[in-house]
Amino acid sequence: MRKTFLGYIIAIVILIVSIWLGVSIGSVKVSISTLWNTAADPTATNILWKIRMPRVVLAGLVGASLAIAGAAFQGLLKNPLADPYTLGVSSGASVGAVVTLFFGISTPILGIYTLPTFSMIGALLAMMGVMAFARLVDRTLKMETLILTGIIVSSFLGSVISLMIALTGEELRQIIGWLMGSVSMRGWPYVKMVWPFVLIGSFLLWLNRRELNAMLFGEERAKYLGVDVKKSKIMILTGGSMLTGAAVAVSGTIGFVGLVVPHMTRLVFGADHRHLLPLSFLNGASLLIICDLVARTIIAPTELPIGVITAFIGAPVFSYIFFRQRRTKGA
Amino acid sequence: MLTVEHITGGYDAAKPIVQDVSFTVKKGGILGILGPNGSGKSTLLKVISGILPSTNGQVLIAEQNIKTFSPKAFARKIAVLPQLHAHAFSHTVRETVTLGRYPHQNSWFSTWSEQDEEAVQKAMQQTGVDCYEHTNLEFLSGGEQQRTFVAQALAQQADILLLDEPTNHLDIAHQRQLLDMIRLEAVQNGLTVVSVFHDMNLASLYCDQLLLMEKGRVRAIGEPHEVLKEQQIFEVYNTRVSSYPHPELPKPQVTLMPSVSESHAPYVVTKEQFKIRDEFVELRTDFPLKAVSSAVHNAGFGWFQSFVNRAVDLNYMCEDAHEELKRYLEKHDFMPSNTVAMMTAVAVEHVVIREFSSSIGSIIVAVTAGVGNAVDVSRAHERVSAPYIGTINTWVIINGKLTDESFMQAMITATEAKTKAMHSEEIMDPISNTIATGTSTDSLLIASTQSGTFMEYAGPITDIGKLIGRGVFETTVIALQDYKRAKGWI
Repeated sequence: MRKTFLGYIIAIVILIVSIWLGVSIGSVKVSISTLWNTAADPTATNILWKIRMPRVVLAGLVGASLAIAGAAFQGLLKNPLADPYTLGVSSGASVGAVVTLFFGISTPILGIYTLPTFSMIGALLAMMGVMAFARLVDRTLKMETLILTGIIVSSFLGSVISLMIALTGEELRQIIGWLMGSVSMRGWPYVKMVWPFVLIGSFLLWLNRRELNAMLFGEERAKYLGVDVKKSKIMILTGGSMLTGAAVAVSGTIGFVGLVVPHMTRLVFGADHRHLLPLSFLNGASLLIICDLVARTIIAPTELPIGVITAFIGAPVFSYIFFRQRRTKGA
Repeated sequence: MLTVEHITGGYDAAKPIVQDVSFTVKKGGILGILGPNGSGKSTLLKVISGILPSTNGQVLIAEQNIKTFSPKAFARKIAVLPQLHAHAFSHTVRETVTLGRYPHQNSWFSTWSEQDEEAVQKAMQQTGVDCYEHTNLEFLSGGEQQRTFVAQALAQQADILLLDEPTNHLDIAHQRQLLDMIRLEAVQNGLTVVSVFHDMNLASLYCDQLLLMEKGRVRAIGEPHEVLKEQQIFEVYNTRVSSYPHPELPKPQVTLMPSVSESHAPYVVTKEQFKIRDEFVELRTDFPLKAVSSAVHNAGFGWFQSFVNRAVDLNYMCEDAHEELKRYLEKHDFMPSNTVAMMTAVAVEHVVIREFSSSIGSIIVAVTAGVGNAVDVSRAHERVSAPYIGTINTWVIINGKLTDESFMQAMITATEAKTKAMHSEEIMDPISNTIATGTSTDSLLIASTQSGTFMEYAGPITDIGKLIGRGVFETTVIALQDYKRAKGWI
């Protein structure tokens, strides 16, 4: 109990420090005191409020969404390698987003939420497609089967996106930049666009924290424990897709966040989803804020896509988990 | 109470694995499900627990159809322990057991009540996993994991417990501990239990009722003795078994009869194999003999390779004759677990060993007779004094194959022959002054090679009975005459 309490304290402290660093470091140094100092330099205030702050908040929301979705997918599928990126869910969300941009879809009812909504639908369809196909291949849904299916679906959807980009011509550049994964130059409208999705999606997952714990022992045992497996599954898949859709809609595909964060959190605090979900949420936010900071400062003034940094950390972690799982199971 | 009525179901509705199964387990009862691999035991459990669909029939808990329960309400009524599987992530023992409280909790807010905590603690203590409370499951052995899941099921505090081979992965100490505990829950707290078993003997020991399945249908249901019948088991499992009573409980046990047997010439024991040593007469054989005896060491039925008749001093007194005799055997290079041993006050040189044979085979009779304590059994009730030493020890070694029945008849036949010898030698009971029938501490051993001629009966007028009657009578007479000579009576 004390250990998890400490976990929350540490996660919050790291998040605050990340936000502070994210806000103050850059081509122009901005003191954190600008936040509350009304007498501060107006340029600094502008940089802080109009450029840095929305960027940090957006990175935080995206990171949190991907991490908590990853944690939930891993629990639901009992697969430590599952995350929105490896499962191909992110690609599905991308297709949803690109389709919206490509056809210029706008619905009056959804308003600014059109893009994340279509992203979310894309994510949900991709998720269901991956699960259905993987189940056809092997009923036990082995770890490798699921990841392979994710790769197949990802590649296929990637080619669909390439085709659409080829057909757009002039808008090409914008979409490619977005695809690489970035939270730069988005501003507050994007934050406004996604926060309800992040909130509702996370809440749906949090509601199923104990159900996820039970489902780690398999659906059969979860049923015996009184879990309404079907209902929980729908809620978790919807919540996960919502979060992935929201993240992808504003920042493109950023890989491995949903893999690295829950894995690290689990290593330290165990697999109890009551704490794993909120802790992953907090740590995911911190990680992406830091990654974004590194992406825009490491070879300044050029900015790296944030996906490069996450993949740089994520791929080795992915290999390590895969190695460990195979070793312990093969023994 | 759990009632299953004509349930049919399985993975495929067109080809149901479980067909028309009905039974009732009353509150506090334990039903064991037995059957060969693939007979539908686990499937039946899954159909009852609603994991697999049923196409016909119904399952009732206290007369209410289980299909009317919500998932959580169902889990408060029935706890299920499925077979153990490996998992990618692991919880600690405590977290795992805590999940058992899931059906008792509100889904919106985690309210961990004192009652929840109590149930979890009690379940962990009952299964002995409380000492691993904060250990991750993956670091525990299969048996410890299994016990953790049993604790989880107990923490559910359901009225009915369904178990699928709960003793898999457990050693016998933990098998006993687990089943004792479940039995106690059933008897004391009215837990109703249905469990799939692989081990018929365990099932017989712990269940009130057994259900034997064959190809998805009920082959037999009833008390253990009604189900574990040799012929029935043979027909269902196509394996020969022999059933025998449990030493302490009125429950049948069965044992395998291996169908491989080494072929060999019939084993034969001859008179020459008996050796007379300084303090004892011994018989050692190259193969075990099946024996029944009233010896001091290793009485009752068993298979043995050494037989000892030890002469002790008239004043032999020992607090613990069993222990002393065991040490004596070890000192003289006998394996105590493989040896039957008797004691006598008669000096070893007075042993009389004779071989008798007829067309059906041969027997060897060895007798040491001391009648200082001769008793007329019909007048023994008049005695008050403690017996003193003086014994007739009789061994009958039979070259043949005996049934349990013929072992018993051989004992009667041999005893009657001994009594007749006492009569013909006119050995008197000094107190009643009538002819004695034996002494107060006589011992008898019947041993057979269990190869060669099959002897179903051994009463006095069977071929083997005739040999025993004549052999024991003649040998005992010689031994008695020898005794009289030694005492200077004749």
